[in-house]
Amino acid sequence: MTSTLTPVQKRSALTKGQLPKWAPYLVLGTALILGAAILALIGFNAFGWGIVSAILFAAGLVGWSAIVEGSRRAKDKLATCLVVGSFLVALLPLISVIWTVLVNGLPGLMDPGFLNTSMNGVTGAFDNKSVEEGAPVVGGIYHALLGTVQITLLATVISVPVGLLTAVYLVEYGNDRTLARAITFFVDVMTGIPSIVAGLFAAAFFFAVVGPGTKTGAVAAVALSVLMIPVVVRSSEEMLKIVPNELREAAYALGVRKWRTILKVVIPTAISGIASGVTLAIARVIGETAPILVTAGFATSINTNVFSGWMASLPTFIYTQILNPTSPSNPDPSSQRAWGAALVLIILVMLLNLGARLIARLFAPKAGR
Amino acid sequence: MSKRIDVKDLNVYYSKFLAVEDVNINIEAKSVTAFIGPSGCGKSTFLRTLNRMHEVIPGARVEGEVLLDGDNLYGPGVDPVTVRSQIGMVFQRPNPFPTMSIRDNVLAGVKLNNQKISKGEADALVERSLQGANLWNEVKDRLGKPGSGLSGGQQQRLCIARAIAVEPQVILMDEPCSALDPISTLAIEDLINDLKDQYTVVIVTHNMQQAARVSDRTAFFNIAGTGKPGKLIEVGDTHTMFSNPAQKATEDYVSGRFG
Repeated sequence: MTSTLTPVQKRSALTKGQLPKWAPYLVLGTALILGAAILALIGFNAFGWGIVSAILFAAGLVGWSAIVEGSRRAKDKLATCLVVGSFLVALLPLISVIWTVLVNGLPGLMDPGFLNTSMNGVTGAFDNKSVEEGAPVVGGIYHALLGTVQITLLATVISVPVGLLTAVYLVEYGNDRTLARAITFFVDVMTGIPSIVAGLFAAAFFFAVVGPGTKTGAVAAVALSVLMIPVVVRSSEEMLKIVPNELREAAYALGVRKWRTILKVVIPTAISGIASGVTLAIARVIGETAPILVTAGFATSINTNVFSGWMASLPTFIYTQILNPTSPSNPDPSSQRAWGAALVLIILVMLLNLGARLIARLFAPKAGR
Repeated sequence: MSKRIDVKDLNVYYSKFLAVEDVNINIEAKSVTAFIGPSGCGKSTFLRTLNRMHEVIPGARVEGEVLLDGDNLYGPGVDPVTVRSQIGMVFQRPNPFPTMSIRDNVLAGVKLNNQKISKGEADALVERSLQGANLWNEVKDRLGKPGSGLSGGQQQRLCIARAIAVEPQVILMDEPCSALDPISTLAIEDLINDLKDQYTVVIVTHNMQQAARVSDRTAFFNIAGTGKPGKLIEVGDTHTMFSNPAQKATEDYVSGRFG
């Protein structure tokens, strides 16, 4: 009787000639240690350490792979390193910005009354006192927050009808006519207009129509809608274009008129995309500084009327607090308020982006069974 | 509730290109007429001219007359919207409105035109139309669900229900089964058989067995070559067309010698 012993196979024949799973980690560890050692020779800094380690890691992993696995897999590893590396490089500034704003902005945001008081009556004396005697920083961004919300809302009310109707014309009635092509061209040009030019346009327009020196929230809203309309047109146009022609034909075949088809079939089918496009357009203009500066000025007190008087907004609030601190001798409280406002602005934009996703999901045609 | 269609000397153009040339055909009321022929011979193009749906395609135009019980569809002052509410259409791919429930899809023709309808009438219309499309029993418990959740064959029958809910005189079908499996196809064919009791039905099909099964009369279209216009070769009783056609081309086509 012979008993056949099955040899205990550590690795399958099919995975021969591959690097083990832990190889990248080993190379990473080695690269980090080596990188630290090299940097120690020329003076250590974290940034250089990251760069040197990344290069060592890529070279080590690709080299090892070339020896063990052959050139095809080595090239694959090289491409992976490049892709991941580029991703990290692209992500770095974003994370750095968010981190900086978070660290610098949180103390401001934590101040009692930061969100519900204005800068009305806050003078340099208060700031001097807070720096010299440790009193809490007073004043807040309520007026600026309110101004931003009012100006952006009015800009949206102006831009959405104009933009959506333009998109409807281009997609449904344009038929590649000269007028449609001209509109498409000028919308593209408008997309590239520097925001300060939009501000100057609105200022000049109201100067001519209402009178010299007209600076109100409404002027700023007009300036912002000049920036917003092309974005709304573009996104709505794309959304209307992807509505299948079959749905239009189905409606026509039922004896439905064209304008009713557009109103009741085409726009409802595209509404989720249109709504999220509008939200992203709002997020795009909410942080504009220059056009608001030349159209709404800057205020320190609450103004609830967009049609009269200067009005503050978050970006201009940040700008003035940094450039002209409330107390020139002690600028720290002002810069704390500016960072706090910046954090609020980033949170607003983030919420708008989340809102856009939510809207897209909420309005999307459902395929329930 | 059905009218006959008489087509006289009809030419269809795409801009300058003559797509279908000189069609003369009489489509009887309360019957099923099938259009057969090789791809690109202008069957679908011609079908669309019967309810002016070709006007949706830029550059498409016709010369000649299409008479619906004697009234010319292309006469001066005729509104294409009126034409389409009399002559309904079912398309190749099922296209229920994705934003609407099954019930709203059936009522689309009424609601989209903003006609007032009481809830009782609407319920009755929905049931009648879905019964008419052999779909009632399958969907009566989920009328509020989206139409896009149905299977392809059910969606196509929903589209037929939607078309008959506006109570047209004629129903045009452009290859209604080409995207469906054999079982759904059978359901649609049974339905076509029922529909001809009330409506005039015109169906374009690539499937000759289907034409033989469902139609009373068959029209054969052919094209001489690329860039040449499509022509109506022969029209006649379906049985004759498949057993003893007058034209050599028809016989070659139905016997499977080409196409």
